[in-house]
Amino acid sequence: MMKTTRSLGIPALLIIILGILPLIVPPYYTGLLTLMFIYALFAMSLDILQGYTGLASLGHAAFFGTAAYVAGILNVKVFHGPHLGTELVSGVVAAALTAAILGLIVLRSTGVYLLMILMASSMMLWGIAFKWRSLAGGDDGLPGILRPDLVFMHVDLKQTTDFYYFIFFFFVVGTALMYLVVRSSFGHTLLGIRESESRMKALGYNTWLQKYIAFIVSAAFAGLAGVLLAYYNGFVSPAELHLVNSAEVLIMVILGGVGTLFGPAIGAGIIILIKNIVSGYTEHWMIILGAVYMATVVAAPRGVYRLIESLVKGKSQEEEKSNQ
Amino acid sequence: MDFAITQTINGVVFGMLLFLLAAGLTIILGTMKIVNLAHGSYYLLGGYIGYTVAQRTHSFILACLAGATMGILGMIAYKTVLSKKFARDELAQVLLTFGMLMIISDVCRWVWGGSPLAIPKPDLLAGTIYLGAIVFPLYRLAVIIIGLLILAFVWWFQEKTKYGAIVRAGVDDEEMSQGVGINISLVKTLIFSMGALLAGFAGVIGGPFVGLSTGLDMDILLLAIIVVIIGGMGSLKGALVGALLIGLIDSFGKSLLPELSIFTLFFAMVIVLAIKPGGLFGAK
Repeated sequence: MMKTTRSLGIPALLIIILGILPLIVPPYYTGLLTLMFIYALFAMSLDILQGYTGLASLGHAAFFGTAAYVAGILNVKVFHGPHLGTELVSGVVAAALTAAILGLIVLRSTGVYLLMILMASSMMLWGIAFKWRSLAGGDDGLPGILRPDLVFMHVDLKQTTDFYYFIFFFFVVGTALMYLVVRSSFGHTLLGIRESESRMKALGYNTWLQKYIAFIVSAAFAGLAGVLLAYYNGFVSPAELHLVNSAEVLIMVILGGVGTLFGPAIGAGIIILIKNIVSGYTEHWMIILGAVYMATVVAAPRGVYRLIESLVKGKSQEEEKSNQ
Repeated sequence: MDFAITQTINGVVFGMLLFLLAAGLTIILGTMKIVNLAHGSYYLLGGYIGYTVAQRTHSFILACLAGATMGILGMIAYKTVLSKKFARDELAQVLLTFGMLMIISDVCRWVWGGSPLAIPKPDLLAGTIYLGAIVFPLYRLAVIIIGLLILAFVWWFQEKTKYGAIVRAGVDDEEMSQGVGINISLVKTLIFSMGALLAGFAGVIGGPFVGLSTGLDMDILLLAIIVVIIGGMGSLKGALVGALLIGLIDSFGKSLLPELSIFTLFFAMVIVLAIKPGGLFGAK
């Protein structure tokens, strides 16, 4: 009983804090926090695959970028303006569909081989977006994406604060949905596959199908993040599909803690903050970020989330001791 | 017809270059089980260093040797980072080597600038040759010959020498070979270093016709990875067949379907994976 109240209490507290934050911090940081939410969704979606199913991916940007492009192309070339419902659904469905097609081919492979194949596949999509000038704008990208019009709700998404709450809404809903996925019996099946696929097979599970569904679900959430990024930037570029983006989201997951779901959200926040601070000081931010990646492996191989967890638990144990 | 012959030769030349990269990558990935995303960085940095040496000394041979010093960098990377306990996990390797990739990439842009460079061809090979009615640069034919020589050497080393046998034994059964007194850690260091050396050397060899530019490290890494995926991890034969295949598809694809050239490579990979999920010569 105690445990349930506590497990609901922390998220509720966080939602309240994050809800008040844009009223306190300067607009610049509100914008930065908005970006963090988008990447947090992206990183958590990868964790469904990486942490809960045990499928390593260095190509998650494929789904993120595809959704961003589909929403962007609809916005700029088809509707000539925002159309939130259609763009959101189309983007997410496009990401899921890409995963559904790709998954048929690649999910027979595992481990490092799968990691490489997914990386190559996403870079192919990058290559197409980079070259396809007429539809996707080529290497210049696709500018002029307008944010949805929610005036009827008295919300002006051109305002940083209003846009913050708009993204925050999707962040909370997306996080809650992903939490339900990993806590469902399906999520537990995935954990079983991660631990021992042969045992799950022997128990009668169609492990390929479970992995296939996890792949699609994970891609769909990455797609949600991709569509939101298109609105955030007002512009989509091939960089969204690039290996650099895939590697970045992977580091967010590892830095936060593989298989902790909320950890990758923290990882996303940290990486975005570091990138922002460092690029303000030096143009050689790639060297610093590269060093941060390497240091993460050495210093926090199990992730920040578990570090915090063990600190909190360690403390509560001490408290219990002092109470006795 | 002339078109087909020219493109075929171009494809084989590029394939040979890719083989130099993929040979090291496939062994490092397939037998040492290390994901090395910095492999393309050895190619680019080796090429840039070769460029500077060629500028200063006007000697292409010295430039090639300079590129081959990537073997030392590879050795350092393996000894100080990738052989350590924290680098056992594949995700850790991804992060470590991607970190190296970013650092090397930024250093290259810092030192050699962002605009594309090309290493001048050696004077001896600057001319052209007539193959029937087709004019062909001598240099590119030389690349094919160099590739074949290295291929022959690697094969001879692996299959016919005592050291090759030690390497094969070392990767087949690590504990057993340690038991019979093989210094497995030294063997692994040398393999990794050889892979980096070949990649750096390839950067110089490719310098005159592929050029050197920002982002090439990742482009060439991607091609090498596709070669390894198609050929099957750990197979030198696979690396050769895959490299020639990708070289040819790239050469024809770029001239026939320029907008979709990358897609043709992807298509080749998908077909191979659909038929043989472990690659053409993969273990599985």
